[in-house]
Amino acid sequence: MLKCRTVWKKLAPLARASSTVCRQNVRRAGLNNGRIPTSVPTAHMSSGPAGGGGDNLKYALLVGLAGIGGLTYAIITVKGDQKRYEKRIAEIESRPSKATTDVQPKAPAVEASEPEEAVPEPEPEAAPSPEEPSPPAEVAAPGADVEAVAHDAEVAASSQTTEPPPADEPLVEASTEEAAASPAAVPVIEEADEPVVESPVEAAAPAAALVVEDEPSPPSEPPPAELSEQEPAPTAVEESAILTEPAAAAAGPPAAEPPEPQPEVVAESAADSTPASAKVPSHAPYLLIGGGTASFAAARSIRARDPGATVLIVTDEPDLPYMRPPLSKELWFSDDPSVTETLRFKQWNGKERSIYFQPPSFYVKPEEFDSAENGGVAVLTSKKVVHMDVRGNKVKLDDNTEISYDKCLIATGGIPRNLQVVERAGEEVMKRTTLFRKIEDFKSLEKVSRNINSITIIGGGFLGSELACALGRRSTESGLEVIQMFPEKGNMGKVLPEYLSNWTTEKVKREGVKVISEALVKSVKYKDDKLEIHLKDGRLVKTDHIVAAVGLEPNVDLAKSAGLEVDSDFGGYRVNAELQARSNIWVAGDAACFYDIRLGRRRVEHHDHAVVSGRLAGENMTGASKPYWHQSMFWSDLGPDVGYEAIGIVDSSLPTVGVFAKATAKDTPKAATEKSGTGIRSESETEDTATSAVASATPAPAVEHKDDYGKGVIFYVRDKVVVGIILWNVFNRMPIARKIIKDGEEHADLNEVAKLFNIHED
Amino acid sequence: MSSVREEGKDTIIFVTKEDHETPSSAELVEEDPNDPYEERGLILPSGEINWNCPCLGGMASGPCGTEFKDAFSCFHYSKEEVKGSDCLEQFRAMQECLQHYPELYPQEDDASSSQTLQDSASAEPSGSNSTPVSEQDHDSTLPSTQS
Repeated sequence: MLKCRTVWKKLAPLARASSTVCRQNVRRAGLNNGRIPTSVPTAHMSSGPAGGGGDNLKYALLVGLAGIGGLTYAIITVKGDQKRYEKRIAEIESRPSKATTDVQPKAPAVEASEPEEAVPEPEPEAAPSPEEPSPPAEVAAPGADVEAVAHDAEVAASSQTTEPPPADEPLVEASTEEAAASPAAVPVIEEADEPVVESPVEAAAPAAALVVEDEPSPPSEPPPAELSEQEPAPTAVEESAILTEPAAAAAGPPAAEPPEPQPEVVAESAADSTPASAKVPSHAPYLLIGGGTASFAAARSIRARDPGATVLIVTDEPDLPYMRPPLSKELWFSDDPSVTETLRFKQWNGKERSIYFQPPSFYVKPEEFDSAENGGVAVLTSKKVVHMDVRGNKVKLDDNTEISYDKCLIATGGIPRNLQVVERAGEEVMKRTTLFRKIEDFKSLEKVSRNINSITIIGGGFLGSELACALGRRSTESGLEVIQMFPEKGNMGKVLPEYLSNWTTEKVKREGVKVISEALVKSVKYKDDKLEIHLKDGRLVKTDHIVAAVGLEPNVDLAKSAGLEVDSDFGGYRVNAELQARSNIWVAGDAACFYDIRLGRRRVEHHDHAVVSGRLAGENMTGASKPYWHQSMFWSDLGPDVGYEAIGIVDSSLPTVGVFAKATAKDTPKAATEKSGTGIRSESETEDTATSAVASATPAPAVEHKDDYGKGVIFYVRDKVVVGIILWNVFNRMPIARKIIKDGEEHADLNEVAKLFNIHED
Repeated sequence: MSSVREEGKDTIIFVTKEDHETPSSAELVEEDPNDPYEERGLILPSGEINWNCPCLGGMASGPCGTEFKDAFSCFHYSKEEVKGSDCLEQFRAMQECLQHYPELYPQEDDASSSQTLQDSASAEPSGSNSTPVSEQDHDSTLPSTQS
């Protein structure tokens, strides 16, 4: 309203100006000619009543002809469609019909995106001519129809849906698009495997027949369909509007019989089509591929910023989104024997929580996806996206259903790498090897570890060391032998400077783990019901089970079909600083190789990064255009006594400066989480000031540790600038560390910088 | 006194408490309060509520997100003497919604959700007065080294 006023205010003077100019012109002309105004031709307004008689006639003729042309066209179309409809019904009736599932429904909420995606190629051409991408979509079972779909668009147009389509025009034009699609679609439908919903189809067809503006010949080639498409499009968007509108308004279009039953049919089929459970929505405004941490963070971000947004998560795991860190830490420390079922872990402060981000009631069911009033997040489990069509803005699942999207996030994470020697070693060895990443891996390893005598973890990084410590703890109760082997000199050899890595290795050994360092595996054999691991230096290790924790292979399966770039240095999809791969496609989490403005191009495989990048991707999907700026952190605990938090590039090949003090009992991970009330240390920084307080822990009496490296700060320096910081047994100082990295300044004396952390204080 | 040791490319310094008592001479770059890239606290520089703040948990994004946003917005912009007294309807609607999802929004006691909001409300003034380093909003245990 205000806008109108301001616009009017702006235009009014212009209008006045132009009218005065006109009047002045007239008068001037009059003066020049020395005549009285009456004989001067009055100023013509272009939209006024036509002056000359001859012009009038021509005009009337033109309009008349156009009108008649349109009318004839409409009649022909409608008649043709009726014929096709009849043919279709006959065909359907001859098929056995399944009464159960209904493909219908989501018509209302689904905007201009219904057109049956018969043939992908011709579609894009049809698409541009009208409007914004109404991505052609194939509803659930391929058998679900153009007619049904067209009908849906119909119903949508006519019934003032809950989610108003972006504009009526695109919807209308989409129907013209569908029209183009439908002839081509008809042959496809014939081939459809699943004759899913017949009854609503029948009801839908009549309505559809009338909406569809088409070439009379059903199996017309797409090109002619497009030609016809192109024709009406430029000339008369209005015409299609005219056609569908009367249909919508239930006023018979200028034709014969068929239109009349239509309104009733529409009402009828609307009633019929209610139940609907195409379990897979055909269109998602926001489609998130992958159901992990990054995806969930993005979903939350989108929902926070775009009110009423509907977000669809598609994951190939059977589980709802969950967090990974407890799988290698807290869940192992649980006293609850049913932990593998409940997946709940007790944090150090006694507060229990599930690894699932949210319980099932948080999510909207996929069936109700389109009709959710205030939007919501729906999760499609056990469905893998196998193909991505970037031009058509849609993806295909492993069961051949297609989902179209407006914005898409790829957060596919990765799959654990395996050792070549293990892969070559045969099935018996493979059966006794775990690649640890998912809930099911945790469950199976937990079970296995109870029933065997010896387990070997290959890999000395975060996952390997954490699992070794967790299993080592168990070994004290169960007598399980836990071995950890890796090629480096010490645990976390690629992350921590050598002195600290050695110190850490000692700690791990104290947790009950047999550590074999500088171990390169030559071969693995299965013999006498045992696995024999032969090392290159001749050592032999006999064990019952192997856990391979040798890295993550980012999942870039969709790169080929989507035509997305893959980074050759770091792996993963190459995206820009705003996490964008292409116009409507973002990538976040483990799979994203992104440009960090401060630290350069990198790919990060940590939980907090997944949260931060997922959140950022969600913001950018809703228009924020922010680059990766808030630096993510990571943390690791090696038993209850050693823990550290880190940020930035923490690569042991960089020169480091470590500033240490002596640790007291207060400086342990246990104390840190007790203070902050969370088990996930990245959250201790950001969450929960909105809710009331935090468990106050009574600190244990100060105990002096004899270790040299009790607590401190380690700076990783590249070209004199601090690019990474580890807070060693020093907690809740991450914001300072983040600030230092963000500044990117050259500091002459890093001891002075270390003062900022107050490492001696609690 | 502090001791310094070099091990190859790595430098190791041990410091006592006294060594670190003198204030630091390290200079930090001044924060720009209007930096568009920065993560924000609960209240944006424009005065609006940052629904994406991690401090809100899932409140704004869950099934009761709309009701929550309405109620909290009303409270935030309320100019009444008793702030939020004109928002009872929205809070009631939100409360009703929360009750539909006991699993998601466990009601320890009746006052729990209103308590939550009161706390976020009290977080608000501190949020708006906060220093440009936005994390300070969230971390109440952070020592005040940066003011």
